[in-house]
Amino acid sequence: MRYDIIVIGGGVVGTAILRSLSAYRAKILLLEKSSDVATGASRANSGIVHAGYDAESGTKKAYFNVKGAALFPSLSEELHIPYKQVGSLVVAREDGLAALRQLKERGEKNGVKVEILSREEILKLEPNIAPEICYALYAPEAGVVSPYKLTIAQADHAVVNGAEIRLEEKVTAIVPQEGGFMVRTEQGSYFTRYLINAAGAGAVEINAMIGEETPELTHAVGDYYILDNKESGVVNTVVFPLPDEKGKGILVAPTADGNVILGPTSRRVPHEEAEVNAVTAEGLALVREGVNRLIPKVNLKSVIRVYAGTRTATGKDFVIRESDLYKGYFMLLGICSPGLTSAPAIGEYVAEQAAQALSLGKKGKMLPLPEHFRLATAEPLAIATKIEEDRSFGRIVCRCEKVTEGEILRAIHSPLPVRTVDGVKRRVRAGMGRCQGGFCRPRVMEILSREWGIPLSEVRLGEAGSEIAPYEVKDGYETL
Amino acid sequence: MRHFDVAIIGGGPAGMAAALGAREEGATVAILERDVRLGGILNQCIHNGFGLHYFGEELTGPEYAKRFRDKVLADDQITVFQEAMVLSLTEEKVIRAVSPTEGFIEIEAGSVCLAMGCRERSAGAIALLGTRPAGIYTAGMAQRLCNVDGYLVGKEVVILGSGDIGLIMARRMTSEGAKVKLVAEIMPFSSGLKRNIVQCLMDYDIPLRYSTTVTRVTGKERLTGVYVAPVDDKMRPLLDKEEYIPCDTLLLSVGLIPENDLLSGTRVEMSRLTSGAVVDEYRQTSVEGIFSAGNVLHVHDLVDNVSEEAMIAGRAAAMSAQGRLPKGEFVQVMPEKGVRYALPQRIHKGEGKVKLYFRVDQVYRGRTVVVSCGGEIIRKKKTLVMAPGEMQSVEIDKSLVTGDLTIYTEEA
Amino acid sequence: MNTTCIMCPMGCPLTVEEREGKILVSGNGCPRGEKYGAAEYARPERVVTTLVKGERGGVVSVKTDAPIPKSLIGEALKEAARFRLRGRVRTGEIVMEDVAGSGVNFVATADFDGR
Repeated sequence: MRYDIIVIGGGVVGTAILRSLSAYRAKILLLEKSSDVATGASRANSGIVHAGYDAESGTKKAYFNVKGAALFPSLSEELHIPYKQVGSLVVAREDGLAALRQLKERGEKNGVKVEILSREEILKLEPNIAPEICYALYAPEAGVVSPYKLTIAQADHAVVNGAEIRLEEKVTAIVPQEGGFMVRTEQGSYFTRYLINAAGAGAVEINAMIGEETPELTHAVGDYYILDNKESGVVNTVVFPLPDEKGKGILVAPTADGNVILGPTSRRVPHEEAEVNAVTAEGLALVREGVNRLIPKVNLKSVIRVYAGTRTATGKDFVIRESDLYKGYFMLLGICSPGLTSAPAIGEYVAEQAAQALSLGKKGKMLPLPEHFRLATAEPLAIATKIEEDRSFGRIVCRCEKVTEGEILRAIHSPLPVRTVDGVKRRVRAGMGRCQGGFCRPRVMEILSREWGIPLSEVRLGEAGSEIAPYEVKDGYETL
Repeated sequence: MRHFDVAIIGGGPAGMAAALGAREEGATVAILERDVRLGGILNQCIHNGFGLHYFGEELTGPEYAKRFRDKVLADDQITVFQEAMVLSLTEEKVIRAVSPTEGFIEIEAGSVCLAMGCRERSAGAIALLGTRPAGIYTAGMAQRLCNVDGYLVGKEVVILGSGDIGLIMARRMTSEGAKVKLVAEIMPFSSGLKRNIVQCLMDYDIPLRYSTTVTRVTGKERLTGVYVAPVDDKMRPLLDKEEYIPCDTLLLSVGLIPENDLLSGTRVEMSRLTSGAVVDEYRQTSVEGIFSAGNVLHVHDLVDNVSEEAMIAGRAAAMSAQGRLPKGEFVQVMPEKGVRYALPQRIHKGEGKVKLYFRVDQVYRGRTVVVSCGGEIIRKKKTLVMAPGEMQSVEIDKSLVTGDLTIYTEEA
Repeated sequence: MNTTCIMCPMGCPLTVEEREGKILVSGNGCPRGEKYGAAEYARPERVVTTLVKGERGGVVSVKTDAPIPKSLIGEALKEAARFRLRGRVRTGEIVMEDVAGSGVNFVATADFDGR
């Protein structure tokens, strides 16, 4: 199999690149080792579209952050994903005013709309802000987005426009050849003229396969709380503390899907633990403390889920460049915060680099990503009509989020097909409500079993080995 | 828009009994049930122990459900909407729902009876620490996959929570070929029936540890083990005594929450003690014409009590729709000293008997239950033992009710 | 034998002994406990509830139509594990006769249409 470009890594960056590439006339392939896109850092992060005052001026972080943030309003429409431009506040006590002024200066230098608010003005935006807070840096253009929905939509859009994606194909070897590279996975070998390493925490291993040196990567785990959507009134913007050397700190924010998110912490872990993502008691305690300093009114009793995500950094800035060793090998390393915000802009940039290197022609127009019916947000007349067209839209499977069987079927048969319970969950929210799958999971399993013609015992949560009900009853009992 | 005297949300044991109660008063009835058949959670409870009081026989869950289902389906004045999920309910008793066969459903009812049951507390709700592999389930989900679909969620099991669901699943998993290594209970006592401790754990030599909890889980794609630790008197884990138990399955039986989300658009008054609506002896909520019965009102232990309660609610809902439910002055019922909650929370002055249901806050032996009104004792009941996991009741005479009541326990 | 009485929430710990052909129960708080202890000692029995597999897939819930001796429960469950139900069955109908030689049958507790 011969390709013009192969992208390794199906996170928000890899899929952004793939999508931008699919606007060109080229044969392109994305290889992802997991069972779905968005299973790494892109799955478990804060979902913030940063305005761009935080990154140091002149860095790639600043450049791509500001460029990326500007793309979100139109991108979210095009990709039909939830995005809310709620604005952000970096809040401080009396003694923090000087630090806020520094951030403001930096923001202005980066071309970001920022202003400093007094407590009175803060209260208009956030009536529940902690009593010690006196000032805030307000960036109205910050927002919140669903990071995995963005990744999935980018992947689907790329596939609609001719890109190929192969899941559960872990790259095991890369052999440089005349005019390109031979990329080997456990399932096959693919030749490509241009190779892009967007493998996130695994980027080191990929680089090592062709002897490309990697600057040291560090990994930090962050713990999160997700609160029931009935708490959504407690916060209106993304509320940050003053940043420190560890990062932007523990925030309180609405999510694009209507919940409240608290976190993350920042706990360094060695490379071998970069994908473990364990929630710790200490981490949760730090989140509670941090939240209490921002919005003490947050009601932690309405937690519906806690989880952890890992972000990978390299030094102070992104590494986004072509290799010195090999022409045609491009790497992206340490795309931590503001990686999500930067992704669409990074995608465009890297695609341009590849297109230039290969002299690719651009297609006239990209095929659109179709928008799908969602019962949860539809009007009665639209619902009635839809059910008459297709009865499966009248069968609600996920009670808490009002997700119909029709939507689940559509998700399963996406441009990038879905075979796992978590894959369905991330696309249509079945299992993300307050009962956390208590009602819908067995039903989603039954649907997956039916649609793919596999026994229920083979239906997985995510990766191989995560079968949810792997045994038939009495299995082995007869011989006991 | 379709019209019924009484619309019932939920076709489990509460919904079916409410429907039959409403029919006794001659009302037209609609049941909106989200599953493909009536029966609710009973359809997956294949163990026995149901119906001892209501039918004088010991039945399994499906058999108990069938008794009611057959009656409901035989009655042509009860319209059952199957696979119907209610989207919204208003105080004007307008219900919006969808089903595959009916499409978008709009019903206006004279009165509504809530019978939605409850959901289980999830791993997220207890902020379970560690990784997020496959292998962690609520006991009810494992029950459904086992008893309805015929699949076992795992082979080496640890169960957190010794409530009845946890105990029953310990036996079920063992009977179907799994090994249950431990049942951990965070409290110093079990909230489950003694009968289940004996017949589900002791019969199968399954160890039970009190004052113990699961602190964190390990495993990437699949659970590889859990850490358990004893807890102090404030239920905080003593981490220096953590012990690792290899296993591939963790079942959570850590609490049930009445499913009252539909009420968020109404002014129905809720009780923080029960997580259900505040009701009077007719099981009418603070909004006229909206009634509540079964687990959605307060979590029961015996389905027999659910049926009894739902019958009351159904009859009253019918009478309300027909404009003949007695109104009048009511008094509050306040739980005190040893009584965690009492229901109904309001009682009308008048004639006749009322059964007060209540739960105690810990195990009490040889105490007396007292109901007093304005300082005067109107009912006293001696008890041998009362446990939080076993709902109690005491009957009082309404004619003795002249003001607010308190119900409490005292030493004999 | 030591056991726990299940007659009421007291859960009295019972000790049951046999002396000179007589069964003696101690630890019970009331007469019901004495009866229960004696029966548990002499003839411990249980109603068994389980599933039976359909020959073309699916499961149906069953119960023994009377209690069987505790000692036969293991064998009864093994027989249920090996059995495959042909066709349909209605609630109350016999699914397996004379389970583990007990003289008691497994009956269906729900309707099953053979998937």
